[in-house]
Amino acid sequence: MSTPSDVIALPSSLSERRFRIRLGDFPLIPALILFTVAFVALFANFLAPHNPEIGSLAARFKPPVWMAGGSMEYPLGTDQLGRDVLSRLIFGARVSMVVGFTAVIFAGIVGTTLGIVSGYLGGWVDQVIMRLTDTWLALPPLMFAIFLAAIVGPSMWNIVIILGLTYWTRYARVVRGEVLSLKEREFVRLAIVAGCSKWSIMWRHIMPNIINSTIVLGTLMLGVVIITEATLSFLGVGVPPPEPAWGLMLSDGKQALMVGRWWLTVLPGCCIMLMVLSANLLGDWLRVKLDPQLRQL
Amino acid sequence: MPWSPTHPPEGAGSGAATGARPLLELDKLSCHYVSSKGTRVVRAVDDVSLKIYPGQTLGIVGESGSGKSTLALTILRVLPAAARIVSGRMMFEGEDLVEKSDEEMREVRGKRIAMILQDPMASLNPLFTIGNQVAEPIWVHEKTRKATAFERARGLLKAVRIPSPETRVTQFPHEMSGGMRQRIVGAIGISCEPRLLIADEPTTSLDLTIQAQYLNLLRDLQKEYGLALIFITHNLGIVAKMCDQLAVMYAGRVVESGPVSQIFNSPRHPYTQALLNSIPRMSDTRQRLTAIDGQPPDLAALPRGCSFAPRCPSAFDRCHESAPPEIYPEEGRTARCWLAAPRAEADGSRAALSGAV
Repeated sequence: MSTPSDVIALPSSLSERRFRIRLGDFPLIPALILFTVAFVALFANFLAPHNPEIGSLAARFKPPVWMAGGSMEYPLGTDQLGRDVLSRLIFGARVSMVVGFTAVIFAGIVGTTLGIVSGYLGGWVDQVIMRLTDTWLALPPLMFAIFLAAIVGPSMWNIVIILGLTYWTRYARVVRGEVLSLKEREFVRLAIVAGCSKWSIMWRHIMPNIINSTIVLGTLMLGVVIITEATLSFLGVGVPPPEPAWGLMLSDGKQALMVGRWWLTVLPGCCIMLMVLSANLLGDWLRVKLDPQLRQL
Repeated sequence: MPWSPTHPPEGAGSGAATGARPLLELDKLSCHYVSSKGTRVVRAVDDVSLKIYPGQTLGIVGESGSGKSTLALTILRVLPAAARIVSGRMMFEGEDLVEKSDEEMREVRGKRIAMILQDPMASLNPLFTIGNQVAEPIWVHEKTRKATAFERARGLLKAVRIPSPETRVTQFPHEMSGGMRQRIVGAIGISCEPRLLIADEPTTSLDLTIQAQYLNLLRDLQKEYGLALIFITHNLGIVAKMCDQLAVMYAGRVVESGPVSQIFNSPRHPYTQALLNSIPRMSDTRQRLTAIDGQPPDLAALPRGCSFAPRCPSAFDRCHESAPPEIYPEEGRTARCWLAAPRAEADGSRAALSGAV
């Protein structure tokens, strides 16, 4: 509802808005979280107080430092094998970062390329690619990923390929739709009558116009991919056990949760949630910034 | 050779005087849209013969849906998938464009024949700078270094009278006014110094003062670069100002063509007469505007005879029975009307004409 005071306050609110868009709209907290995760992943070797894969059975199920029985030696407690949870979270960030980003980029490149080719060329090329996409989408993604994991065996890089192959269809669908509307736009027609080849039109005129959508989709997919990676690890077909992945930690901690050892599941769960949320918020900001018509406001 | 109303005279058109060869000659060109099962055929361009000489301006007028734009797309061979060039030739500088492969056509498009689209406001890619877009055809076609292309882009912006081109090349389309964007599209059109520029209703989205500016600019560019111009419009005022030759299209066919002044002074086809009558005039004291009764025919189900006959005030039996061929009422003019034959010969030639159908 607009009240008279709103109307009078218009000039100041306008300048306020401009100020906010210039300086205040950068998602500082999500960026900091992602930056921290990236930093931690990069320097895990130096930051982690303990070896994440070797624990001492004498120090099993130590609670975090602020609880009774906790000690500074294991600030976030230890798990059922006496491994330091903090160290495992730190090394787990590396797995999530690498798997998340590479899988999203891999899926993005495959899906976007197929989407552009399919949408722009049309005809039988479109038919083949889109029917393939339909079939792919009809497979339950998790089942499909487990199926692939069973074939190629669990390893971190196999997980990247599996996730890429599972999720490229989403890009292909979205991108094809955008291309269908873009190719009717006048500037694409102008490029055609100016004698540009099909490939240069796709590369120079279509692709830059859909990159926004793919980045936004990518940030959403980052969340999905990280969760799927965690799920696969949780189900035991993801990153193989000694390596510390967040999903694996959730899986390992689920029995301990029943007897009140919450730190084994809640902490990696929070890490996953914060990272996914940050990626989504940052992606939203990026979408606005990448549009030349919006970025100068 | 004696001039005859049923045979095209050698080198008809004003270029005949100079003995020049036509730059582009369309010869009985037909382009139809065919539905996917082949059951419906839309004759968007039907049996069109036109000539345009270097440096000349040809106006093409007609109602919406009369095939003007399809004709332009046909010349550049950038037709939608459903369209087929059914017959005819397009001789451009001695080469038949119909016979060319897609790869060869890309060399023609933008470099030798350029086109300005119907909505120049939307013709610029929002993500690239102006300089980038003006320079693009140059490096695509002439394979120059990008720096050279940008240098020429600056020169082109100056040629289309964009103030301070040095800063404008680094700006984006949304930072320009409509008139400026229009001139930029013009600059893209002439960037590779084409021989022929096709302008498809380039001024419909502009206000009147900007229109006038732009038309003057096009004329200046035409003089400077020796361009031939095909000007597609439904504004007869613009035709009178801009064009040397005029072709009137109706239902996919050229119903009348010839020098603009002659057609304006003595239109031969009833459709042209009706079009000219429908221009509102200040001196006109009538309360209502003159319109042409009826609707243009469905191009998929054309009447058996002349396609204008159902709306024609002077139609007679024959018009409904058979379509008139192209006849040549005067040197350099054509008309598709049984009534267009010169009066003195009309009776004598009717027998010959019916044989030509």
